[in-house]
Amino acid sequence: MAQVTVDKVSKTYLTDNRSVTALHDVSLDMRDGEFVCVVGHSGCGKTTLLNILAGFLQPSSGEIRVDGVPREKSKASIGVVFQEYALFPWRTALQNVAFGLEMAGESKAAARKRAVEFLELVHLSEFANAYPHQLSGGMRQRVAVARAMAYEPGLLLMDEPFGALDAQTRERLQSLTQEVWLATHKTIFYVTHNISEAVFLGERVVIMRPGPGRIHDIVDIKLPRPRDPLSDEFIDIQRHITRAIMDRDERHG
Amino acid sequence: MVETTTEKASAFTAKAASRPRPSFSESTAGRIFFTLLPFLLIAVIWETVVWLQVFPPVLMPSLGRVFQTFWKMLLNGSLFYHVGASVGRLLLGFLIGSSVGILIGILMGQSRAAERFFLPLLSALMPVPALAWIPLFVLWFGLGNTATLAVIIFAASLPTAFNAWTGVKTANPVWVRAAQSMGCRGMNMFLKVILPGSLAMIFTGLRIGLSQSWRALVAGEMLAATTWGMGFAIFDAREFLATDVMLVMVMMIGLTGYLIVSVLFGMIEKHTVVKWGMLQEVGA
Repeated sequence: MAQVTVDKVSKTYLTDNRSVTALHDVSLDMRDGEFVCVVGHSGCGKTTLLNILAGFLQPSSGEIRVDGVPREKSKASIGVVFQEYALFPWRTALQNVAFGLEMAGESKAAARKRAVEFLELVHLSEFANAYPHQLSGGMRQRVAVARAMAYEPGLLLMDEPFGALDAQTRERLQSLTQEVWLATHKTIFYVTHNISEAVFLGERVVIMRPGPGRIHDIVDIKLPRPRDPLSDEFIDIQRHITRAIMDRDERHG
Repeated sequence: MVETTTEKASAFTAKAASRPRPSFSESTAGRIFFTLLPFLLIAVIWETVVWLQVFPPVLMPSLGRVFQTFWKMLLNGSLFYHVGASVGRLLLGFLIGSSVGILIGILMGQSRAAERFFLPLLSALMPVPALAWIPLFVLWFGLGNTATLAVIIFAASLPTAFNAWTGVKTANPVWVRAAQSMGCRGMNMFLKVILPGSLAMIFTGLRIGLSQSWRALVAGEMLAATTWGMGFAIFDAREFLATDVMLVMVMMIGLTGYLIVSVLFGMIEKHTVVKWGMLQEVGA
């Protein structure tokens, strides 16, 4: 488990002698075991923030702390579920899930045993020996979720993990994600452009805006789980967030 | 093979199974027939030209005569020696050349400095046919095996280097990031992610390298005066106007090359990149 602090993080890119500020002075505290969803239009810096949390990008200024320790020095491991299918095509579902465990130095047998448990968690044990190209899109993302969780990272980062799936599959996987979170209580940082998904899953929804990318507002979602997307309260919150995201467009558009 | 679950897939197989009988063109016999058809057609045209005596019979033997010669060479063992000598040379040269090529290609993909050093060299050397080097290699290494081997090594190394480089460069960066997030570093990253991720391209390079070495081999044997080998046999047969021997050798070169490139590589690919869905199976 991990408590995560984003402390005044900015990110500036230099392209063709022009500097573009992708993130400006972003601060956020995530409680241990909290499910935080981030929404916003493209260009609002939500994926940049995720990449900085993952360690794929370095912030231009500011810092990330995991359990009080700066990101680069922290021993805490982080799991990432990508938008695209990032499974290794040359490994079976089981071998994909076992990868992180093997990297952590576990024996092949122990890694395999744990991997089987996590495939069960996403209801895919019967496909343990299938290669990714033999699985449907939804199944692949379930394997990806199992892979990112199998080595017990304190923090799980999810970058629009179900964005490429059809609506029914996405709904099923949202419920599965909630189920998995309730069972494991990992700290989850979940980036999406789907507001209803954010309200369904998150304990808090962070609203980001572009030009430069920054946090506009943070909404607490106090609805009991499992949440009903058709209830009045749900729709009220969804409307509020949708307006908050659109505000800027009205002013500038 | 694992069953995919999508209802679509199972419905599709069910439909295929309920079909009364595969048509002739899809049956095994049919596939063999259609593969052989163009060859049969050429044989018929060939025999017609022979029958019309467009060329003197000594310059254009009938297929019956070619087959007789094939049988004779098979029985007296010379066929075996020629094919064996060529294949042996090829495999040795290809093994050395492709190893060097893949090593350089991977190095180029991994290190910017190596890329800047080797890329201009590769780009300049790629368009030069291996054949063009043979006279020079003969002057340096003398007539015989060494010059032939040198040209095979050369022919094998370029396309393998080029494709290995492309493969490593284009290995999906998301795989690398995913592995990185799971604590994969250094040698593990290379062996467990980048190498398998670029295998499809590396195999493509090996295929091209092998067929180019095969051509270089035949040319090398002709010009570097080796004492055995299919290229040598063709060149030698010219002295005696033995067109039947030439034809037997041309056919053997085609057949052996096909067996090595398509059958051998097809098998290796089927158990790796095709199984992983990274490459569509190449038709036989």
